[in-house]
Order: sequence, then structure tokens, then C-alpha cells
Amino acid sequence: MTRTSEYNFAYLDEQTKRMIRRAILKGLAIPGYQVPFASREMPMPYGWGTGGVQVSAAVLTPDDRFKVIDQGADDTTNAVSIRSFFEHTAGVATTTATAEATVIQTRHRIPELPLREGQVLVYQVPIPEPLRFLEPRESETRKMHSLEEYGLMHVKLYEDISRHGHIATSYAYPVKVEGRYVMDPSPIPKFDNPKLGDCPAVQLFGAGREQRIYALPPYTQVVSLDFEDHPFEASKADHPCGLCGSDSSYLDEVIIDDAGGRMFVCSDTDYCDARQAQGHRGKDAA
Amino acid sequence: MQAERLAGGFSEPATQSSHAFRIVMEAMARPGTIRPIAGARAPAPLSVAAGTVLLTLCDGDTPVHLAGEADCEAVRAWLAFHTGAPVVGPSQAMFAVGSWQALGPLSAYATGTPDYPDRSATLIVECPDLHPAGATLTGPGIRDQAALSLPETRAFQENRALFPLGLDFIFTSGDRLAALPRSTEVR
Repeated sequence: MTRTSEYNFAYLDEQTKRMIRRAILKGLAIPGYQVPFASREMPMPYGWGTGGVQVSAAVLTPDDRFKVIDQGADDTTNAVSIRSFFEHTAGVATTTATAEATVIQTRHRIPELPLREGQVLVYQVPIPEPLRFLEPRESETRKMHSLEEYGLMHVKLYEDISRHGHIATSYAYPVKVEGRYVMDPSPIPKFDNPKLGDCPAVQLFGAGREQRIYALPPYTQVVSLDFEDHPFEASKADHPCGLCGSDSSYLDEVIIDDAGGRMFVCSDTDYCDARQAQGHRGKDAA
Repeated sequence: MQAERLAGGFSEPATQSSHAFRIVMEAMARPGTIRPIAGARAPAPLSVAAGTVLLTLCDGDTPVHLAGEADCEAVRAWLAFHTGAPVVGPSQAMFAVGSWQALGPLSAYATGTPDYPDRSATLIVECPDLHPAGATLTGPGIRDQAALSLPETRAFQENRALFPLGLDFIFTSGDRLAALPRSTEVR
């Protein structure tokens, strides 16, 4: 795809990119802290990844190979349009293979294939503030972060246990970064939480509507909040993938007829395709 | 004089600054790693690395403090032409550049507030040399441990004690740089 030269490289103007880049550096220096930034109007609606797109635009170089996933899939509307946006405005090479990508923008999943040094994972974040549904006032949540006052979050998890018998939060599961900031990992399934910590890649989080950027440097200590008698558990549907037979990947449940028939397939399409190419077959494979 | 002021910028600002930023970002994300960086040529005494960092991160929104020998007419004119950054004293600076001796005392710079720890200065420290030996570094971004030739250790230990407040450092020497965020433990 050739670059549409009417736009500056990667769409944003240079001053905006400098502002975002400064926010990314402060985010990396204070892991888990939400750095305010002057989010711009993007040519897509809020909720479609405007935060992730702005972070990607500030990070991309012409030498990068860019991958976009939407809940693990490379071929959904959101992923296809963001990938094509940067093909047009930055002229970068794109890929669907996790191993080949240098910058990966993601909506709500971490790829199954372990990331490596040199890669950057950019998350699209809807609500960056983990305390927002417990305390709506920004002035108060900011104070709670500065005072490390996170008791309310444990009360919320405890109420889960008293109501359901276990911690029922299954996505956007709160984590504590380096023993200091409680952070929202974006609405990834809690299955992905263990991959946040000790990751060799740089992880950047962008929330466009809420105007926040935060970051996890590589090899950062990230702990999912839990209790001694109710330890954190990374859960998934208890089935193998219907197409590739993997019993260790995160699965989507797909309804396949009007009679209640269903199948479970890998949410990470690149991982599933690669396994099928190696000859792995699940029970529903054609 | 005029020529020196106008020269030394990026010939391809969008792509050169994107490459330079990735190098600075990887350096800040992996404290202690030393990376080559190039693109800009600032007047003496600024190094290629310091000049490139200034062009990549500074503009009219970022007050800059020029410390010691860096505060000369040539550097002021170059910075004004290429970035438009206002030159200020240490207490108002978002960025500061100079030798370690000239930058001190560190207490003069903004370390952020408990509500907004990001409102803190980034110091670009010009060093005679950079090599992966000397102080031992541990913390976020470092798998086991790293080593870096720091001008001293005590100041960085005191800075770490302020966390999440504190200063962040970029060390430059010739066409190479390394970084030390406030989160790094120095021994």
C-alpha cells in the first residue's frame, strides 16, 4: 500500500506527536500512573480506539511492521480499518503474524504467542481509571492514587465473593504495578493478566476520550489483586479449540445454528491459523 | 553565526524524529542500555545525542533550562530557531541540559506533585563517556540487573526515594545515550 502523501507521516502533526511522546516517557518512568494528555479528534469515533491510534501514531517509524487485533482477531472491522489507516497515512508494512510485528495495536487481548524484546504492544483503553465505577469524581480518584488508598477496590472484590462465592470480575481485572499504582489493564480477559508482568515487550495504554496514557516498561512486576483465601485465577472456557484443538488458548463461544449448537474457537486468529497450518485439527474443523 | 543557527536540524522531521523517539523510548523503558542516536547537530558544546533529544521532544510548550556552558548564544539561537522552546531557570524547566556539575543542585527542579507526579523535569546530562559498568541498576525495565557509568550514585538513590515523584535522566555522550527513570534502584 502506498502512502497518501497529503497527510503528515502517521497522520498527526509533529507538535501533537511530541506532546504524546513526552507523555509516553513520563508514563514509562512512573509505571501504572495515568499521564494526562491533550487527546486530539481523530477521523473515527471515540470508542473505536482513538487513544491507541494516537499512541501508535507517535510510536511508529517507517521501518515498523504493524499489526492490529480486535479481541484477538486481525480480520474484524476495527482491526481492518485501523490497519488500513496507517497503511495510508504512514506507509508502514503490515502483517497479521504476531512474530513478525514490531508494533501491535490491540483491543482487549494480549496475543497468545509470547512477545519479545523490540516489540511494542499498544492497548486501546475505554476507561483508564480502575476506581471510576467505585468513585465517579476525578478529583477524588486522583487523591486516592496519590495516597495509595485502594481499600475500596478490595471491598469491591470482597463483595464479589460474598455475592457469588468467588471473584466474579472476569475482564478489566485490576492489577497493582510495582507495589504502587493500581491500574486498569483495559478490558482484557483475566486469562491474559499473567502476561502483563515480566513481559519482554514495552506495553503502552492509550485512552482517547478520557485523555490518559499509561505504560508498563518491560519486566515490570504486575500483580492481580486477590485475597489469601481467594487467590487470583486466570480462567478460560473449559474446552479445546474446535478448529485447532489447542487446550491452552483463550476461546470465543460461537453460536452456529438456531438449535443451540455452539463451538469454541481461539480468539487469537493468528495463533489458530498457525496451528492449523502445522496440521493441528479440532473436533469441529472442516 | 547565522548559518550555524539555521543548520543542524532534521532534514526529514517526521521520520527522523520518529526514529529518534523510538530510541529514547527504548532507552527509558530499559534503563541503563546504551543506544546510538543521531539526526541533529546542535552547536558546541552540545553533543549530537543531546541536540537530537531536544529536537525530538521540545517545542514552544516545553521550557528548557540551559546549564553552565550549554547556556551560550549559539545554543540559545539554535534552540529558539529549531524548537521555539523558552529558555528558563531550573525551577520552571521541563527539560534541562548541561554537564552533571552544571545542572546541580537537583533540588532546584520540579519533581511533580503527589496528584501529578508527571509534572516533573527531565534532565539531559552531557557525559564525557558512557559505558555499561559502574553503578548497578535494578527495577522496572530491567530483567535481572544492569550497569551504567553514572556521575555519582547518591543523588539517584535520593531521587528514587521520592518515587512516584522525582526527576528522570537522559545521559548523552557524543552520538550515544542511556536513560535512568526515577523508578530505578541504584547501588
